[in-house]
Amino acid sequence: MSERVNEKKKKSSKPEAVLPSLGALGMLRWAWTQLTSMRTALFLLLLLAVAAVPGSLFPQRPANPAIVTQYIKDHPDYGAILDSLQLYDVYSSAWFSAIYILLFVSLIGCVIPRAIAHYKAMRSQPPRTPARLSRLPEYGTLVIPADAGIPASAAISDAGELLKKRGYRVDVRDRDGARPSLGAERGFLKEVGNLVFHTSLIGVLVSVAAGGLFGYSGQRILVEGDTFVNTLVGYDQFTPGTNFQSSQLQPYSVQLDKFDITFDRESQGKFGQPIDFTAAVTTKENPDAPAKQEVLKVNDPLSLGGTSVYLTGNGYAPVVTIRDGAGNIAMQGPVVAKLQGENYYSSVVIKVPDAKPEQLAFAGFFLPTAFVTDQGVSFSGDPELINPQLTLNSYFGDLGLDAGSPQNVFELDVKKLTPLNARNLDTKGIVLAPGSSYTLPNGKGSISFDGVKRYIGVDIHHNPGQLYALIFALLAVAGLVTSLYVNRRRVWVRTGTHEDGRTVVEYGLLARGEDHRLAGEAAAIRKLLSDEWLLGEDATTGSQPAPSTTADNDRADSAANGAGSTHATEEQPAEDFIQSTAGSSESKKDQ
Amino acid sequence: MLFSINETMGQYSELFMLLAAGTYTVAFIAFAWDLAKSSKMLRAVDLKAAELAAQATTTEAARMPVGVGAGTAGGDVDRSDADVSGPAGRAERPTSAVSGRGTAAGAGQTADGSMRYGGERRAPARVAVALTVLGAAIHAAGVITRALGAGRVPWGNMYEFLTTGAFVAVAVFLLVLIRRDLRFLGTFVIGLAIIMLVAASIAFWTPVGHLVPALQSYWLIIHVSIAVMSSALFTLTFAMSALQLVQSHRQKTIAAGGADKLGFMRLVPYALSLENLSYRINAIAFVGWTFTLMFGAIWAEKAWGRFWGWDTKEVWTFVIWVVYAGYLHARATRGWTGTRAAWLSIVGYLCVVFNFTIVNQFFNGLHSYSGL
Ligand code: HEM
Repeated sequence: MSERVNEKKKKSSKPEAVLPSLGALGMLRWAWTQLTSMRTALFLLLLLAVAAVPGSLFPQRPANPAIVTQYIKDHPDYGAILDSLQLYDVYSSAWFSAIYILLFVSLIGCVIPRAIAHYKAMRSQPPRTPARLSRLPEYGTLVIPADAGIPASAAISDAGELLKKRGYRVDVRDRDGARPSLGAERGFLKEVGNLVFHTSLIGVLVSVAAGGLFGYSGQRILVEGDTFVNTLVGYDQFTPGTNFQSSQLQPYSVQLDKFDITFDRESQGKFGQPIDFTAAVTTKENPDAPAKQEVLKVNDPLSLGGTSVYLTGNGYAPVVTIRDGAGNIAMQGPVVAKLQGENYYSSVVIKVPDAKPEQLAFAGFFLPTAFVTDQGVSFSGDPELINPQLTLNSYFGDLGLDAGSPQNVFELDVKKLTPLNARNLDTKGIVLAPGSSYTLPNGKGSISFDGVKRYIGVDIHHNPGQLYALIFALLAVAGLVTSLYVNRRRVWVRTGTHEDGRTVVEYGLLARGEDHRLAGEAAAIRKLLSDEWLLGEDATTGSQPAPSTTADNDRADSAANGAGSTHATEEQPAEDFIQSTAGSSESKKDQ
Repeated sequence: MLFSINETMGQYSELFMLLAAGTYTVAFIAFAWDLAKSSKMLRAVDLKAAELAAQATTTEAARMPVGVGAGTAGGDVDRSDADVSGPAGRAERPTSAVSGRGTAAGAGQTADGSMRYGGERRAPARVAVALTVLGAAIHAAGVITRALGAGRVPWGNMYEFLTTGAFVAVAVFLLVLIRRDLRFLGTFVIGLAIIMLVAASIAFWTPVGHLVPALQSYWLIIHVSIAVMSSALFTLTFAMSALQLVQSHRQKTIAAGGADKLGFMRLVPYALSLENLSYRINAIAFVGWTFTLMFGAIWAEKAWGRFWGWDTKEVWTFVIWVVYAGYLHARATRGWTGTRAAWLSIVGYLCVVFNFTIVNQFFNGLHSYSGL
């Protein structure tokens, strides 16, 4: 905790900065004090900001591992060095983790002692009345005429009542003595807000970590008509959290009935840009539940079985029928075409392991609106199916699928295959429009292009920490706002009876931390008191004016005018009532 | 659900933007004129005051300390009691409650620390503010016609971020002007608005168009508007922090008996007053930025299925947040208030600018909607 506090507790005058003769325990304590100091917190915060930057400069593995591999290849000189520095995994790197873990340790070491200290402060009485109220940043006096019949003790009680109504906690001292006084304090919520804010940050961190442990995510491509069932085999790709159990999966199902896209046909600059994606789906919470019609859109995920289902991609899936050399249908159905370029220019790979006697494969492109330039380069002129075309090369041979090693469905390794159709062969490539078919050379079979369907890519996420992260984040904001906008203030009032029977009241205010409305509060309290004692304008002018009269304390002139000659200063013999002329000039700071 | 596009409205909008930029340019000149003129006038006042001061009584002189470091506040006020002093190294903040200082005329005088309107009339400044109001009205028409033309909120690409952002910056400036005399910031704010408008029209011009599906969400309205407003506030505090550095240097020079070479800085309040006000504005902006970050995360969860993925834009939003958290901490750390805090505020703003310009254009990420 605070050096100052420790010093006070131990009542030792020896500064802690003296290093030698501390011993092991002393060293530890010293290290802890350093770690939980405000300066360290600041340093770690700034370090965290700096450490986060490289993650935006270099490609990151979690976002896209392929790009990282490519980047290392492209930069043979330093690519690998960056990798050894974990610059492609910044946010899980040892150094980034070290910084935020230290920061949070520091935070805990900071919050706990402060919470204890604040708890005690909330239960203890406001601090003793300072000897010289006039030294406080806000100070003023009021004089109650003798004929009002309000003695010093009554005045202090009145003041106490008023302050209590204003939300202060009040402690009256020496009520019946010659110089009764009171101490009052309010705004404990400020510190509570600060503690809630910092504690909630820990909560956010823990929730995020828990989400990583128990969550899972996966992807699936659905062609119109397809159904996804939430089981491990239902996913094309699945990323479990560290503590994932497959029993967590609830077997709900989603069927894609229809997928519609609206393209921009209005603005010149963005003609043909998609402006709306709408997927009509049928869902079932579990195999026996009733079917439900729902709409899935970007920014509008489905919630099913504790997961959220997001629409993240889409494209065309040409439907083909392939017969093998024996004349049997070896494959029939939609083939997902992968987006490659403008206007849904997509690549197509078809593997037909069931074809006999020889396995067949096709690779090429799908164009929703095919155009060919004079140079023979084909491109897609529009995203809509205006002139759909399938251009393919064909191969036969052993696809290598029987060995059981997994293959990327979107890539075809042609090294071990024999080309049948290709642009550079006499057979040329295959060009198909919907409804047409093509017979492969050498009696290897045939392919027909039956039509086009659309597909969507969905991401499925389950993150149990998410809700807690949100709750803690909201708590943090509430704490932050409270801590920034509640003001912690102390007020002291002292009264005394003058020889001529008048009751003199002086008061002083002190803010804890930033408080630009302290002068406003002083003025408000002054008004309350004068109203209570019916002092009116007269009394206000007849007594010590408040140092500053505006609602704001940023005044440059508040110091000087307190020194003028006034009732109170002239007539009060007691030294406590003597107006200090020290003023409150700009405090010297390390600028 | 999708409104159709109105190209004519879009053209009107562009015309308004140009007119606004023109009006701002004249306002800018008026603000600059005000700075030049007032600094001359203040110098003349100073000379007179110096003459008077020569005849003044010694008590008068003693009562009115000049410049910085004239003394420290209250001796036996127990400012460091244990329960609120917090962690080690925590500073007593340069709270505004002890910001009082002499009002004497004399070398190195500056504007009133309250930043409230003073008695004297500054004709050029009034003209400048009037022109700014006019410019802002035209600018508002530009933003509104853009919104009508596109049938949606006008912040969906760089062109719109810039034009709307410039408008919000000017509007926030004018709103603050109602309560505070920050006219000394006029050249800066209006200059920035002009740069933004010119950059939008030349480098980022985009015709009215629909939003890509990923942006079609009410979170766009919430998230981006709060981000733009916080950025506008950060703009003000950036300018104030920069001036604070200059002013504190000047105050030091003068306190050390040096010559006052930066006459126009007389129009600018004391470094501490600047620091206090910019702290208050930064605190508001920080809360705004916290919301930006949170709402961004909620939106990301809705759109992409994860609330945080260290996308470049997310990284920089986080960096900005942490830098300003550092700033708030600095203000409570001994040895870090004043100049160092001002530097943090400046660094934070540079990150905001970087996030908005370089990151939007050159970094690929999920947020690449800049419309380029
Ligand atoms: C996770 C990192 C942290 C963040 C993001 C953070 C953020 C903030 C923010 C935004 C404030 C200003 C708002 C307020 O007064 O409540 C603040 C205040 C404060 N923080 Fe932190 N903080 C962090 C860590 C720490 C640590 C490690 C310490 C302890 C050494 C600490 C001690 C304080 C104190 C004492 C204040 C109050 C200053 C005052 O207003 O008097 N913080 N923090």
